[in-house]
Amino acid sequence: MTKNVYFSVKKQLRLFAQLWVIVLLFAVSKANADWQLNMREGVTEISRAVYDLHMVIFWICVAIAVVVFGVMLFSVIYHRKSRGAKAHNFHENVFVEIAWTVIPMVILIGMAIPATGTLIKMYDSRESDLDIQITGYQWKWRYQYLESGVDFFSSLATPMAQIKGEEPKGEHYLLEVDNPLVIPVGKKIRFLITANDVIHSWWVPDFAVKKDAIPGFINESWTVVEEPGIYRGQCAELCGKDHGFMPIVVEVKSQPDYDAWVKQQQLAQLEKAKSAEKRWSLDELMTTGEAVYLKSCAACHQASGEGIPGAFPALKGSAIVQGDPAAHIDIVLNGKPGTAMQAFIDQLSAVELAAVITYERNAWGDSLGDIISPSQIAKLQQ
Amino acid sequence: MSTTTEQITETSKADTEHHHGPAKGMSRWFFTTNHKDIGTMYLWFSLAMFMTGGCMALMVRAELFQPGLQFIEPDFFNQMTTMHGLIMVFGAVMPAFVGLANWMIPMMIGAPDMALPRLNNWSFWILPFAFSIMLMTLFMDGGGPNFGWTFYAPLSTTFAPPSVTYFIFAVHMMGISSIMGAINVIVTILNMRAPGMIMMKLPLFVWTWLITAFLLILVMPILAGLVTMMLMDIHFSTSFFSAAGGGDPVLFQHIFWFFGHPEVYIMILPAFGIVSEIIPTFARKKLFGYSSMVYATSSIAFLSFIVWAHHMFTVGIPLMGELFFMFATMLIAVPTGVKVFNWVATMFRGSMTFETPMLFSIAFVVLFSIGGFSGLMLAIAPADFQYHDTYFVVAHFHYVLVPGSVFSIMAGVYYWLPKWTGNYYDERMGKIHFWLSFVGINITFFPMHFVGLAGMPRRVPDYALQFADFNAISSVGAFLFGFSQLLFIYNVVSCIRKRNQASNRVWEGSHGLEWTLTSPPPYHSFTTPPKVD
Repeated sequence: MTKNVYFSVKKQLRLFAQLWVIVLLFAVSKANADWQLNMREGVTEISRAVYDLHMVIFWICVAIAVVVFGVMLFSVIYHRKSRGAKAHNFHENVFVEIAWTVIPMVILIGMAIPATGTLIKMYDSRESDLDIQITGYQWKWRYQYLESGVDFFSSLATPMAQIKGEEPKGEHYLLEVDNPLVIPVGKKIRFLITANDVIHSWWVPDFAVKKDAIPGFINESWTVVEEPGIYRGQCAELCGKDHGFMPIVVEVKSQPDYDAWVKQQQLAQLEKAKSAEKRWSLDELMTTGEAVYLKSCAACHQASGEGIPGAFPALKGSAIVQGDPAAHIDIVLNGKPGTAMQAFIDQLSAVELAAVITYERNAWGDSLGDIISPSQIAKLQQ
Repeated sequence: MSTTTEQITETSKADTEHHHGPAKGMSRWFFTTNHKDIGTMYLWFSLAMFMTGGCMALMVRAELFQPGLQFIEPDFFNQMTTMHGLIMVFGAVMPAFVGLANWMIPMMIGAPDMALPRLNNWSFWILPFAFSIMLMTLFMDGGGPNFGWTFYAPLSTTFAPPSVTYFIFAVHMMGISSIMGAINVIVTILNMRAPGMIMMKLPLFVWTWLITAFLLILVMPILAGLVTMMLMDIHFSTSFFSAAGGGDPVLFQHIFWFFGHPEVYIMILPAFGIVSEIIPTFARKKLFGYSSMVYATSSIAFLSFIVWAHHMFTVGIPLMGELFFMFATMLIAVPTGVKVFNWVATMFRGSMTFETPMLFSIAFVVLFSIGGFSGLMLAIAPADFQYHDTYFVVAHFHYVLVPGSVFSIMAGVYYWLPKWTGNYYDERMGKIHFWLSFVGINITFFPMHFVGLAGMPRRVPDYALQFADFNAISSVGAFLFGFSQLLFIYNVVSCIRKRNQASNRVWEGSHGLEWTLTSPPPYHSFTTPPKVD
């Protein structure tokens, strides 16, 4: 080949490299939310460290790719038979082989050092200001504040009609919950993560916190969030039918707002306990019961009470629902070990439990007419 | 050498005339002990499973085309993702490699057949039954497996549909089939090489398969043990994986990935072998570093046993464990890099032509490398907390499995098809198939990197609105890729039927014993061993 050809080769290679860089720069720009291409930097020191690691390793990969694919493309263009290229029969070169073993090793060591530093920081959950136990349930999260005793469940708030396409989808479709986790800004929060049934995984991308929630284990993770705001995440481990429908929403508040919120929660819990003492009519219980049923039971037993054959038993016409109330109360409160039937004794209030059992016994034309009173359940809960 | 091989071809021709050929009718296929017949059956079976698993993937992509639930319910969606994974791994990719091994290993090492022909028949015929059982579960009460192809306990034990017992039985049968196939490969390679075919002269496809076979023998029993423990938990009240009974759900993942990570390499090492055969042929140049390729393959196989927990960075293993698995995983990049550099160095200053097998092989090197890069990113444990269980992982393993394993299988089929059938396939159609597949898979899988990084978890039937645009693009690509495979089937079938006589060498730059046989080769490949010098 003449010098001229080589010159144009160089030129073309440079052009090609420039093209790559443009494409990749486009790939990492975050101009449009709907076309978000890259990882979020997040709002914690750790999440930014993770983002930096991600970008460094990404650019290392890009650099290697440009070299390797560049040589390859060069050969594909210039060393083709149709251009009259003759094969040079060289092979086996110990020096080259050692070089391309040692150089990647060095790059890898360079990469391992910052990664190790970040990992050590992520594992240091000591000296927390606030401890929150997070428990994964099929298909909702429970948040228990160990210091203040606040305890509630958090489940998907997106209405079924939006999911089924009967209504237009809202801005935070599938990323909205009824009761978000609330934490104070600038404090070290330690999460104690576990699960009640199958394995879930608690993930908030903006905190770079992802930890599996495993029954029988308590995993630790922590975060210090620097800016108040609302942050959204999702369950990241396949946990059954509604795995895609158990989002996480974290509201980060200033310390005074957070304190006020804790007070209000504690009051509301007292309020709830009191309402169990009141006398409830069948109609009142049926209305409350239907709401509770749709939220806590219908995912498996279906709104019609007919269940899913082979997977979840029907309640409509079932022997337990139509039989002795004591057996019915027992299975709802304590669950059925070894099956997907959870124990609801801690999940729902006395009123909610009484209402939902009453509802099950009277809905779907089974009308037994019996009332399960909240006070009766409250006794069992103690 | 050429005179010797010509003589040999003559003698093997004469031998076939005296020997019995294939039996007539269906019994040929049921009772055959011939490596070519069995190889053919493996390949057709694999193709059927590839199309079945592909249809399931298209159902998944159809549902994910838009946010909201359109076509299928979440539980059925989970069954589709699970079955798609299981069928592609155990039904499409693995049997395809065994089929290629059956066809090519005896011909490449100068043997008449596989060492254990009856075992060979049995290992194939287990498969249709195993997969019938597995597919049957879709029609049972409660549906088929819906717990992901990784079937983590307790979702796959306490919380599984009743059909899980059939799934366990099917996995046992596949395991038996794989182990027997692997034993056969090892025995054949170690005992039936032609005189002069020393180990360091073995074609790389044979070398990579030998190492793959050892991996299979080492890990398939672990999978069998795992599903047996599940069976005990489900039916015999043990609590291996149930915390309530004192068991450990994480133990399941350790055992699964101790099988699962070598399994991943079982699906890629033979691909390395195929590509290492094809690139030198069409670059008309010897492979740059034969021995370093052998050592790199062995190192990858060894490393595959000490990296399993990188699939479990988020389960809460202690810091020291996390660091060990991170370093070990990063180390894999070194021998894998050596392989890629060797392929590129082989092409460099060659005299290349771009027939369909070469196109698939070049695409393999580029796109597998992209999968390798995202693999390196995933190895960085702190960053993995963000990537884990998102579409970034889906993009990663589809890049190494589809343009990796599947492209290499297609490259191998195009490469050896004229040898097998004695006819050339339609080159123009082959190239169209390649380009449609190449464009299709990139449209499908590249955007998955973006949605994964943006925060979309995997295995969800519905997603937040910000992921909608890229998901729509992915779905379009998936249908393009899926339907372009019909061209492949058409091309293969018409290649078998039409008469377009291929020469014995088939390709201008081909080397190796298999090209010294006639096209199509005699029923018993080498009845007298060729001499290799």
